[in-house]
Amino acid sequence: MVAFFAVLLIIAIIFSIRFGSAKIPLTDIWSAFTGDMESDFQNIIWNIRVPRTLVAVLVGANLAVSGVLLQGIMKNPLADPYIIGVSSGAGLAGMIVLILYPHLPHLLTPISFVGAAIVAFTVYALAWEKGIAPTRIILAGVAVSAFLGSGISALMVFYSDRVQGAIDFMVGGLSARSWPQVEVILPYSILGILLAVIGIRKMNLLMLGDRTAKSLGARVEWIRFSMTAVATLLAASAVSVVGLLGFVGLIVPHTARLIVGNDYRVLLPASVFLGAAILTASDTVGRILFAPIEIPVGVIMGALGAPFFLYLLRRKMV
Amino acid sequence: MNALRATSISQSFSYKQVLKKIDLKLDEGRIYSIIGPNGSGKSTLLHVLSRQLKPDQGNVYWKENNLYRLSPKKAAQELALLAQVNDLMDITVEQLIAYGRTPHKSMFERLNETDQDIIEEAIHLTKLASLRQRNISQLSGGERQRAWIALCLAQQPKILFLDEPTTYLDISHQLDVLEIVSQLQKRQSVTIIMVLHDLNHAAVYSDEIIVVKDGQIYGQGTPKEVMNQQMFKEVFHVQSDIYEDKQDDLLRIVMKPLRN
Repeated sequence: MVAFFAVLLIIAIIFSIRFGSAKIPLTDIWSAFTGDMESDFQNIIWNIRVPRTLVAVLVGANLAVSGVLLQGIMKNPLADPYIIGVSSGAGLAGMIVLILYPHLPHLLTPISFVGAAIVAFTVYALAWEKGIAPTRIILAGVAVSAFLGSGISALMVFYSDRVQGAIDFMVGGLSARSWPQVEVILPYSILGILLAVIGIRKMNLLMLGDRTAKSLGARVEWIRFSMTAVATLLAASAVSVVGLLGFVGLIVPHTARLIVGNDYRVLLPASVFLGAAILTASDTVGRILFAPIEIPVGVIMGALGAPFFLYLLRRKMV
Repeated sequence: MNALRATSISQSFSYKQVLKKIDLKLDEGRIYSIIGPNGSGKSTLLHVLSRQLKPDQGNVYWKENNLYRLSPKKAAQELALLAQVNDLMDITVEQLIAYGRTPHKSMFERLNETDQDIIEEAIHLTKLASLRQRNISQLSGGERQRAWIALCLAQQPKILFLDEPTTYLDISHQLDVLEIVSQLQKRQSVTIIMVLHDLNHAAVYSDEIIVVKDGQIYGQGTPKEVMNQQMFKEVFHVQSDIYEDKQDDLLRIVMKPLRN
């Protein structure tokens, strides 16, 4: 099944490189990669399509892994990267840059990353009492998010004339993302996914319940803390690059769970591939559906993904 | 030799003192039942003894080692806990039991033949052979409890803690569980420490009984030593008639509401 998801991802990547405002024949894609001959599309492929596809792959994988970790850590099916305050933190920080300092767009990514990290840290600090209790984190996350959400709304009201530029960031989109964004997210993706892989066995133990996990020698509090930190790193880096892209971190892990089960040895790689594939495919669809107008990937994700997820849920129930 | 020794352990939860300077000595290879009314602190005591909950004050020693200074892994090779509440899991019986080998393996080590033999033994003892490929969530309450016990057995502990292992089971499954526990002590001389609600089960299956009242030890001894009308009245606020069964020489207790 994991191999199937991997194949899906490869297909999604090929489609994503091939389709857009200009359609590129497969042979040209091939020659661009092998460097056999100078193709007319060389420039489009290397400077636009490939980096954008890479961003989609990495963001999709990051958000999916972040979600699959958080659901396990919090023992709550509704846990996702946004519950720990990542979205509201990145959102407020991003809005401040976009609305108050629109002349400094290059600050958007680093500032929103810092915002996400600070808020996630605040949520832990508020929820901390002899370890991280899942319920407390979720409640603290919701409260902090509501607080910052009102800040975002206030900005939008006071500077309603400048909101336009910030909408793309609020919805989550990949347009005009290129190599600089790849460079921002890649180290975090590699580090975060590597750490998640190292944590696979521990995540499986956590699934057995806190007491049993402890009885089997797991350091439950440490696992919770370290894996939450990994999830934050992954989500914050993703959000800082594409904006507040919801849905992936919640739905992809659930879809993977419904298909491959709860064993993290399978679930984690499945989520990586599925998250990357779904985001890449959705972005491609968003580009070609009403070309030359681009639909932000966040919109496509919700419109296609939610009904598909509901379908899976119904089928599993019968 | 003491399997476990607790010195002056105290534990509080949000200003309420649940355990008050408890001293305790437990010998190897015996079955201990901790009994006491709701809120007496018996579950907390079990958690402190099983390295689940570090006491605010006092120490727990396992063979003269401070239990809370042992590495979690080392402790897990010696102690196992059957938790009171276990989630429904989406894995097979066999997969669940295999997790019992975790403390004996290094991080990326795979299970070998010895591990498989130990898992087989656990499946055999808990009579789960025909259910091994079943999903945990599809089992009945009694079968599921046996699967969780098998997980503990695969861990090969020297001391097995059980937190109300018979709760929510019908009577035949309750006895199944207690029989497995009793076998384990007889055949492999595992020390058993459990919290039991059913006082008759405690009387029949325990070598020693620890009575907890208001966070203190009211009494410790064989069932015949500690189970008397005065204890039932003072600790559980019930009237009792206690009989000795001629066939097995064990106590049978009939309890009634206290009349003034």
